[in-house]
Amino acid sequence: MSPVVETRSAPSAPAPRQRSRRRLTRRRTSLFAHGEPMVWLTGGALVIALAMIAGLLLLVLGQGGLTFWPKPLDRFVLEGGVALMGEVTSSEVLEDGGSRQLVRTGNYDLTQVHFTWVEDSNVLERSRPEWGLVLERQSWGRFYGEPRAFLIDGETVAEDPAQVWTRFEQFHPGTRERYEQRKALETHEIGRLNARIESARLAEKSAELDSGADSPQWQRAHERFVRVQEQNESEFDAIREEITQLNAENERYGLVLETADGTRTTLSLADVVRAYPANQLGFADKLGVYLSRWWEFLSDDPREANSEGGVFPAIFGTVVMTLLMSIVVVPFGVLAALYLREYAKQGTIVSMVRIAVNNLAGVPSIAFGVFGLGFFCYIIGASMDELLFEARLPNPTYGKGGLLWAALTLALLTLPVVIVATEEALSAVPNSMREGSYACGATKWQTIRRIVLPRAAPGIMTGMILAIARGAGEVAPLMLVGAVKLAPELPLDGNAPFLHPERSFMHLGFHIFDLGFQSQNSEAAKPMVYTTTLLLIGIVVSLNVLAVLVRGRLRRRFMTAHI
Amino acid sequence: MEERTIEIRPPGVASKEVPRMMRSQAGGQEPAGIPESNATLGGLFEAIEQDRKFETVVHDSARDDNPVLEIQEFRLWYGEAQALHDVSMICPQGKVTALIGPSGCGKSTLLRCVNRMNDLIDSVRISGDMLLNGQSIYDKGVDVIELRKRIGMVFQKPNPFPMSIFENVVYSLRIDGERDRRVLQEVCEQSLRGAGLWKEVKDRLDSSALALSGGQQQRLCIARAIAAEPDVLLLDEPCSALDPIATGRIEELIEELKGTYSILIVTHNMQQASRASDFTAFMYLGRLVEFGSTEDIFLQPKLKETEDYVTGRFG
Repeated sequence: MSPVVETRSAPSAPAPRQRSRRRLTRRRTSLFAHGEPMVWLTGGALVIALAMIAGLLLLVLGQGGLTFWPKPLDRFVLEGGVALMGEVTSSEVLEDGGSRQLVRTGNYDLTQVHFTWVEDSNVLERSRPEWGLVLERQSWGRFYGEPRAFLIDGETVAEDPAQVWTRFEQFHPGTRERYEQRKALETHEIGRLNARIESARLAEKSAELDSGADSPQWQRAHERFVRVQEQNESEFDAIREEITQLNAENERYGLVLETADGTRTTLSLADVVRAYPANQLGFADKLGVYLSRWWEFLSDDPREANSEGGVFPAIFGTVVMTLLMSIVVVPFGVLAALYLREYAKQGTIVSMVRIAVNNLAGVPSIAFGVFGLGFFCYIIGASMDELLFEARLPNPTYGKGGLLWAALTLALLTLPVVIVATEEALSAVPNSMREGSYACGATKWQTIRRIVLPRAAPGIMTGMILAIARGAGEVAPLMLVGAVKLAPELPLDGNAPFLHPERSFMHLGFHIFDLGFQSQNSEAAKPMVYTTTLLLIGIVVSLNVLAVLVRGRLRRRFMTAHI
Repeated sequence: MEERTIEIRPPGVASKEVPRMMRSQAGGQEPAGIPESNATLGGLFEAIEQDRKFETVVHDSARDDNPVLEIQEFRLWYGEAQALHDVSMICPQGKVTALIGPSGCGKSTLLRCVNRMNDLIDSVRISGDMLLNGQSIYDKGVDVIELRKRIGMVFQKPNPFPMSIFENVVYSLRIDGERDRRVLQEVCEQSLRGAGLWKEVKDRLDSSALALSGGQQQRLCIARAIAAEPDVLLLDEPCSALDPIATGRIEELIEELKGTYSILIVTHNMQQASRASDFTAFMYLGRLVEFGSTEDIFLQPKLKETEDYVTGRFG
């Protein structure tokens, strides 16, 4: 048998070998058909996208993260005898081979400049004075100088820098505390009194509008207004007295500083937010200053035309507006999607509606801002003013930009996102589940509520995440419908009804724009732009993470196993 | 003869769709009392395909004066295509009735008509009637929701709801607004015991039903169906997605449920039909071909075609 096998295989064996050699040597598929370049093309696209995102994040993280790190204080003596002291913020090489440095010299009240360029070729002497102090002030920005004396009631109690510093550290917390007390009195107590008298005045005005002047109702309201006014007057006096006392106590302490050019000036302790001897700080001290600045940034009001201090009102405004927007947009979007997917008869009209909704997502956001201003503020808001807040006219209450209208405008803007995501989630619910529910004798609504919606909840959450991400980062429409550079009051306070949706508010996105392009002291504001950007990204990311966690929980609950 | 039956196999049988070749209108027929004359027709399938008149063969064994469900000259169209032609049969009280036949012959359609699931499809039209305990199912005044509560249904693929085992079982009570925890717990335990699942899940009633195995899920669906204490239980190929052991378990369960519930089951599995059912109806292309006790259909069918089908020579 074996020879037969051999004879059979012998002639046939070379044939396939030849064929396979031909296949290997001759490329039969073209380069593009082969697909190898596409791997590189697609991979390259991904890499470029990732690199851009990483670059953005690194820039923001690096610049924003380092803004608050305390820098050393340098003293320069220039040709011509001019002396400067300040923090070096950047340096650059000049065309002629020399170099120059940008020094933040502060002391704006004395010199009328914040920053000075120092050419290295001009510098005669450069030193780091041991007792160079950096003082962040309530107004006028930073002050750089060396301590010369500490005053109590006008008397010099210390002259040696170390002793002056000790005295400063001893009395500064107390004065700041009194300062905060004063501020609380001014805002909360006086705000409360103002709210009371305003409501009495409005009652009087309404009585006049309703029943005419000199009517008995008006008489009663007027008497009440006068009574409240008198009562307020006495309370005002008490508060003013308290404030005067606090101020007088704070005025007792003074710090005498000498600037680099020898000018002596006296600062009130209460005006100093934070001070540190920049050249004596160890790592732990620097970290302390760094964290304290971050805390101030997150929790305090802005100072100095927003270029210093905190952004708490902006954080608050952003978060409250985004939450309000989500509260409005999610139910509306889900209901609309439910109708489109579950109730409406699928056909041409529904398809057209769907296309229209998708296109709505592509409308430029400023168009929504214009619509919000025209429709919400000027039509709905003005009508509400006429119906409900007549007494306050001509001052608009709802007839201007405000938190509520901003939230509604953004809700409109993000509605398509929610509708599309919800529709997708609904269509992903297997029909077998709906049938199972119907077979149990459930009505359509019971099926939707008990089976379809829970099962679609993770998908709906995805829509909400996308809406939040879009809404929190949107700026253009907000500029028209309520975001402002500096809001006098938060939209939430202790006066009834506590949440004031008609008030204008601050927003981080708008804050960034304002800092970067509207600020007078743009050089000082630049680092704050990065820090605020970092914060905005952080807030959006954390809102998203929260929503993703909730979605994960829902998913585990409703979508385990193999269905 | 055998060659002919092989030739005849229609092209549409492989898919679940309604075969295109069906044309509407078929001659009205006397459903019952047709003698053996059918056997002489010579090529019954051919006759059906050509839309010629033919008469359903009903065995004497399959007559009952007091059936729980009675189907009367039922016809159904999906748009223009007729899917059921003059189907008349009964489901005796407390017995298991099996529907067999090649794919696309209208078994599932017929089953879904019993609890009016086909109402959900816009293009469906029907004529004829079904009686549940003597009351019309398709009368204008019938509340479909109430009707479905009296008819339990289990589907081809297990479809537990995305909620806990407990909530799955008491779903039909929940939608009726039952809140008494004790009632719910009692019903849950009874139904799960009835479906033979109690021992396996009693310690994890609050965990997700989706985490159960396929066979357990199907038994859970049965528990859910019997929780409402229905008059009729409809099983639409309940074992087609299950392995042989789970299938065996479901068959045992059908055996146990028999007597308490009247069951109408669709199956592709001849062994299952012969083992689990008391009555069998053989359908072909939307017509009921032969209906009788399972014993008669499997051992003494009156039609050659039925014999070929149940013995596996066809289909």
